[in-house]
Amino acid sequence: MKHLLSIDDLDVESLTDLLDLSEHFVAVNQRDIPKVPALRGKVVASLFYEDSTRTRLSFETAAKRLSCDVMTFSVSQSSVKKGESLLDTVQTIEAMGIDAIVIRHPAAGAPHRVAEWTDASVINAGDGRHAHPTQALLDALTLRRHRELNGLRVAIVGDVRHSRVARSNVKALDLLGADVTLVAPPTLLPESLEGWPVQVSHDFDDVISEVDVVMLLRMQFERQGEALFPTVREYTARYGLTEARAERLKPDALIMHPGPMNRGVEVAASVADGPASLVTEQVANGVAVRMAVLFSLLGSGATIA
Amino acid sequence: MSVLDAGDLRRAQTRIAHEIVERNRGAADVVLVGLYTRGLAIARRLTAAIAEFEDLDVPVGALDVSFYRDDIGLRAVTPTGPTEVPVDITGRVVVLVDDVLYTGRTVRAAMDALTELGRPRAIQLAVLVDRGHRELPIRPDFVGKNLPTRIGEDVRVRLHEVDGGLDSVELRAETIDGGEEGMVPA
Amino acid sequence: MPEYLIKGGRVIDATGERTADVLVRDGKVADVAPDLQTTEDVIEARGCIVSPGFVDLHVHLREPGDEEAETIETGTRAAARGGFTAVVAMPNTRPALDDAAVVSSVLALGKEAGLCDVVSSGCITVARAGEQLAPMGELYALGVRIFTDDGFCVASAGVMRRALEYAASLPGAIVAQHAEDETLAAGGHMHEGAWSSRLGIPGRPSVAETVIVARDIELCEVTGTPVHFLHCSAAGTVALVRAAKARGLPVSAECAPHHFSLTDECCEGFDPQFKVHPPLRTQADVEAIREGLADGTIDAIATDHAPHTPESKERPFEEAPPGMLGLETALAVTITELVEPGTLTLSDALALLSWRPARLAGLEAHGRPIVPDAPANLTIFDPGHEWVVEPGGLASRARNTPFAGRTLRGKVRHTVLNGDVVVRDGAATR
Repeated sequence: MKHLLSIDDLDVESLTDLLDLSEHFVAVNQRDIPKVPALRGKVVASLFYEDSTRTRLSFETAAKRLSCDVMTFSVSQSSVKKGESLLDTVQTIEAMGIDAIVIRHPAAGAPHRVAEWTDASVINAGDGRHAHPTQALLDALTLRRHRELNGLRVAIVGDVRHSRVARSNVKALDLLGADVTLVAPPTLLPESLEGWPVQVSHDFDDVISEVDVVMLLRMQFERQGEALFPTVREYTARYGLTEARAERLKPDALIMHPGPMNRGVEVAASVADGPASLVTEQVANGVAVRMAVLFSLLGSGATIA
Repeated sequence: MSVLDAGDLRRAQTRIAHEIVERNRGAADVVLVGLYTRGLAIARRLTAAIAEFEDLDVPVGALDVSFYRDDIGLRAVTPTGPTEVPVDITGRVVVLVDDVLYTGRTVRAAMDALTELGRPRAIQLAVLVDRGHRELPIRPDFVGKNLPTRIGEDVRVRLHEVDGGLDSVELRAETIDGGEEGMVPA
Repeated sequence: MPEYLIKGGRVIDATGERTADVLVRDGKVADVAPDLQTTEDVIEARGCIVSPGFVDLHVHLREPGDEEAETIETGTRAAARGGFTAVVAMPNTRPALDDAAVVSSVLALGKEAGLCDVVSSGCITVARAGEQLAPMGELYALGVRIFTDDGFCVASAGVMRRALEYAASLPGAIVAQHAEDETLAAGGHMHEGAWSSRLGIPGRPSVAETVIVARDIELCEVTGTPVHFLHCSAAGTVALVRAAKARGLPVSAECAPHHFSLTDECCEGFDPQFKVHPPLRTQADVEAIREGLADGTIDAIATDHAPHTPESKERPFEEAPPGMLGLETALAVTITELVEPGTLTLSDALALLSWRPARLAGLEAHGRPIVPDAPANLTIFDPGHEWVVEPGGLASRARNTPFAGRTLRGKVRHTVLNGDVVVRDGAATR
């Protein structure tokens, strides 16, 4: 496999292999010197067209721990305004000699274009609303260390319509046999759910006592201006994981969030930091998963079918 | 063609176990580190053998060298198991254990992997079979059998706890297209 | 050329079909009969159909303002190779075709290139801003008959009503609407549906089109002015137009080949070659468009030929400009997708490509029956000629065809413009 653009690029076997490989890197990350020479000499360019220090650092750390050389192109507004197109930038980077490009871009399909323009491997770090495959992988890795995924009931709560995390997670969880329910007001669900392997509820209270995992999505405040929901307060009242709602969760239910969290909005602060929350584990597993992806694409060449 | 049978292997293991203890003046600060998968099995056998005559429990660790190989990107590399060494190797004598020593590249990778875990006082190498054709300046300290081979030939070690059946070491001549001929199991 | 003979073809026009040779002299059809002879030039038409030249109601020639994508010369050469003897140039040039000087220059450039009759459309509103009416009378005096703000929809019902009322004073004038309600479609890049939801791309729903079509049909009834709907893409639009015609209203509609042959599934690989406004929709919409073509609801096939520089399409899907080429593939897509499966007869297809759009545009010299004394605007094509669409082999300056790499059947061999053979054996003669 040459690129990881979306969970669609994986089947249940290759997805599971990738998670198994990630476990090895979880172990590496626990050492005093969490570094292996496996990809020494490989050059990874990170091309982030959206502000995201967390994800970019996670990828760059992953690359460095594999002994890659890392080139950072954190494209600020000014260089985009200079008029250099994505194509120009990719061609410039490629002339410098790279083995992989990690790209985050506000336009869906940008990584697919980049894959046409370069011989390097392309890893999608998030494209518009479309996909964020490494997030889904690290969520699956985190979850399976606590629960058997097959038959697990997962609620994904929040702005699914605009969420690449939701789209990738729905696909990954479906591949792994989990049952997904989307919880959101109609204006924040995808316009069409045709072909989505999910159930839907507009009432969080209806489903909260029945699910094993609650995956919360970040509230994107700019959507309020688009008349997609009335007020933040109403959103929190109906769809937030408040302390009152959290009390109605199953005793061993787990809580996840891709970050960064709006404490007090989609989740109460005490719940976010409480014992059921897997958030810090998600972040830690992110580096291991990204190491596994890089190793698969640049290292073995054949670990993923 | 079978070059070692179960009896030969047992005698070689016992001899190696004694040699390790002799060379290291007792085995008090020795740790056996076996490479997945058969090296680990042999290391466990060695520690059991040592326990019989020396009344000493030599710790055994497992080493995965996938991330240290020099052929990553040239061929499929899949990690085999977690690297787990139950003691701190700093200051100790580490005896690396593997089934077959050939080009020496795996041992080179194993030494790199080891130095990530600590700074041993010394590293020694124990192998069941040395088939020659070294590509790096690496030599074993303890050898079960020296076996001259041709480059196209394949040496297969079978261990009861890994492969089932009886222990054996076989030598197979491979044809040009990778098929096998002349194979007669022990 | 004083005289030449188009020999061995089968003539099809609005009056019917016949096997006949066509003698052309001094820019006109001189004789149409079997087994004609000449001592002058013979244009080989064996195995071909001889039809009145095609008329494209909807072409973006990009000049003035965007000449890197296309010029009037390269666009009309593409038109001629596609069998079109007349095209209506859309007004979203820079500056827009909202004043007499710009329109005159477009007409002059068209004449100079001499490859195709370039007819200019005129804006409905100044700068297509949707507020003040453009000087429609001045433009009408230059021959403009189709008024449109294409690229933009006239958003205000009030402004659209005034435009229709004013245009009623210009006999033969048609007001053509790009039907897409911006408040419903804004921010969208492909059809809103199962695919856009799956791909996470904001959508442009069908209702953005039908809402305007319904509105303008009502305004047509109130004002009595002919209203034409550009690039119809949705099943609902076809139904609305069918009902409006049944009520006897002067409503007409066109559709582009990509809307009767491609669906939103093409966007799966995020290739901007498939990005267009209005967008490619579902198979159900494609079927409805085909039915509309077959039962006469849709009056014309118009390509919406929209060239873009290769660099501008080498961008992420959401950032690339919408639009596809169409002039050189229209005939082949029509034959392969509609005639071969039996949805249309060849004669009905030619009606949609030639005489019906010619009538709508008020072009007396085009789409005429091929009889002695008719102006010689003819297309000679081989309906069975199989070819593979290669973007690099097109006469257009741009390369953005959604049919790249596809095998199609139907190719123009010769095109005659006012008696001039502008395309001979597939190649432009100038």
